[in-house]
Amino acid sequence: MIVYILKRLLQTIFVLWGASLVTFILMNVLPGDPVRLMLEKRATPQAVERIRHEMGLDKPKITQYLDFVKNALKLDLGRSYFTREPVMTALSRRFGVTLRLASSAYAIALVLGISIGVLSALQRGRALDSAVRGVAVLGISAPVFWVAIILQMVFGLRLGWFPISGIRSAGSFVLPAAALGLRHMASISRVTRTSMLEVISQDYIRTARAKGLAENAVILKHALKNALIPIITLAGTELGDLLTGSMLTEWVFAIPGIGKLMVDSILMRDLPMLQGTVLYVAVVFVLSNLAVDISYAFIDPRIRYAKSD
Amino acid sequence: MAPVDKDSAGLFGPDGLAVESRGFFADSVLRLCANRLVILAAVVLAILAALALFAPFISPYDPMKQTLADSLHGPGAKHLLGTDELGRDILSRIIYGARISLSVGLVSQLIACSIGVLLGAIAGFYGGFADTLISRTMEIFAAFPELLFAIAIMFVLGPGVINVFIALGLLSWTHYARLVRGQVMLLREMEYAQACRVCGGSNARVIIRHLLPNCFSTIIVLVTLGIPGAILTEASLSYIGLGVQPPMASWGQMISTAQQYVSFYPYYSVAPGLAIVITVLAFNIFGDGLRDALDPRLRR
Repeated sequence: MIVYILKRLLQTIFVLWGASLVTFILMNVLPGDPVRLMLEKRATPQAVERIRHEMGLDKPKITQYLDFVKNALKLDLGRSYFTREPVMTALSRRFGVTLRLASSAYAIALVLGISIGVLSALQRGRALDSAVRGVAVLGISAPVFWVAIILQMVFGLRLGWFPISGIRSAGSFVLPAAALGLRHMASISRVTRTSMLEVISQDYIRTARAKGLAENAVILKHALKNALIPIITLAGTELGDLLTGSMLTEWVFAIPGIGKLMVDSILMRDLPMLQGTVLYVAVVFVLSNLAVDISYAFIDPRIRYAKSD
Repeated sequence: MAPVDKDSAGLFGPDGLAVESRGFFADSVLRLCANRLVILAAVVLAILAALALFAPFISPYDPMKQTLADSLHGPGAKHLLGTDELGRDILSRIIYGARISLSVGLVSQLIACSIGVLLGAIAGFYGGFADTLISRTMEIFAAFPELLFAIAIMFVLGPGVINVFIALGLLSWTHYARLVRGQVMLLREMEYAQACRVCGGSNARVIIRHLLPNCFSTIIVLVTLGIPGAILTEASLSYIGLGVQPPMASWGQMISTAQQYVSFYPYYSVAPGLAIVITVLAFNIFGDGLRDALDPRLRR
């Protein structure tokens, strides 16, 4: 167990180093001059030179990369080119908002996804099952930002139930969380259904019924508990999707989170801000995957033993 | 091996009657056709392909032609899906948009597939240092959420269709590499692969003639299921202005423009979104059906 966790930690450190390298290469080594991208075409050569010097882009690439890593380790990701605000400050100020949105969406997806999946498995082949499966495929096939716009249109503009932008009240989170959660709800309900169907046909379920347990107890205590493992795996991998999905959702609903910060910095061509955000999101993603993997080993003993050797 | 009498090789069905023996391919096609939903998806995809190929003949108007006097007209007899803010026919722009979506889906997956199959085969066949290098690279690529990575590449390369191909191709090669690596590792120990080597076949011959054909059906399924993902990512990129640039028509970018008019002209946002949903849905259903037909073991 400890060996497995240590191995996974080492691997994570390696991946994080790789992520910093890829981010750096993307932004600084690929053809295309970031300073030219940032400034307008009519900027004078002197202005371009001055900015290059200010950002340290006139140093050799290796030195630039080492500086970037050294500063990143000190949690210094540079300053925004436009607002001069340190990138790290901007990120931590907005992280809470994104976290709030993502966790509400996650809660919706898990609670609704699992209950719908269980119902659908119990009603296998009936109308409810077909309807649920239809909605699930539809949910996976629709772009997040379009679902967001449709929700805005129907529940915000037409019915006027919820605000369509900003974060002034708790109600502001309802539509964005629904838009973001739908896709994940769809895939979670799909996996729940399959996993439940597999478990229900096992002998121990028949035994549980035979000894006279109430149907609810059979389903909740015996079947669902054993069907949970594939659901947890999926829920773990969905975390990253949720982070990226929130970029577009935040943009549509004008929610000042990390996603909106990123799209804004693209539109403003704010290179230091974008570079910092990319690295930050990659790090959060890798660390959350690590957490999921480790917790997974706690839940399922089979993994603990299979992976430790 | 002695030639087998065709009749004695026949299988017996549950009713005890002999079943006609079929090849792998014919059998797969038959299984595919048994599912009516999959047939429907295939028909939808064929129609989409026809729309994209023959767009100039099918679309009622020139997708670029502006008639400012006719701007933001609702659906009617003259313009079936209405007109946009510059008086361009929305239906025609959606038909032309199919070209972008389908080509982005196909080309990006072909790029990803070529890189992934090559690297995956090398890693799986040779093992050792090559495997470590390629596997670690895959892990690093997996550290970036897909859209984030696409955004970063598009930011640097600049917008445009060709760059979308490249970005999405670079994005998803790891799926193919991981799969082919695993398959090749498994298959290279098979007797027929050993036999080929004993007969003096080079490594390249073993890989190309014997190992890859055995991964073929899995790769095809992966391509079919990779296309809808690429279409969605392209739509997202174009939506935030990093993908296909105006005046070229792309579904994601149409939604982005339409959003400004959402309060008084909702049709405009709905139509291109439905086009995306229908296309992606058809690919997903067809891909799932294909997976079940070609490789029942992969069934979830």
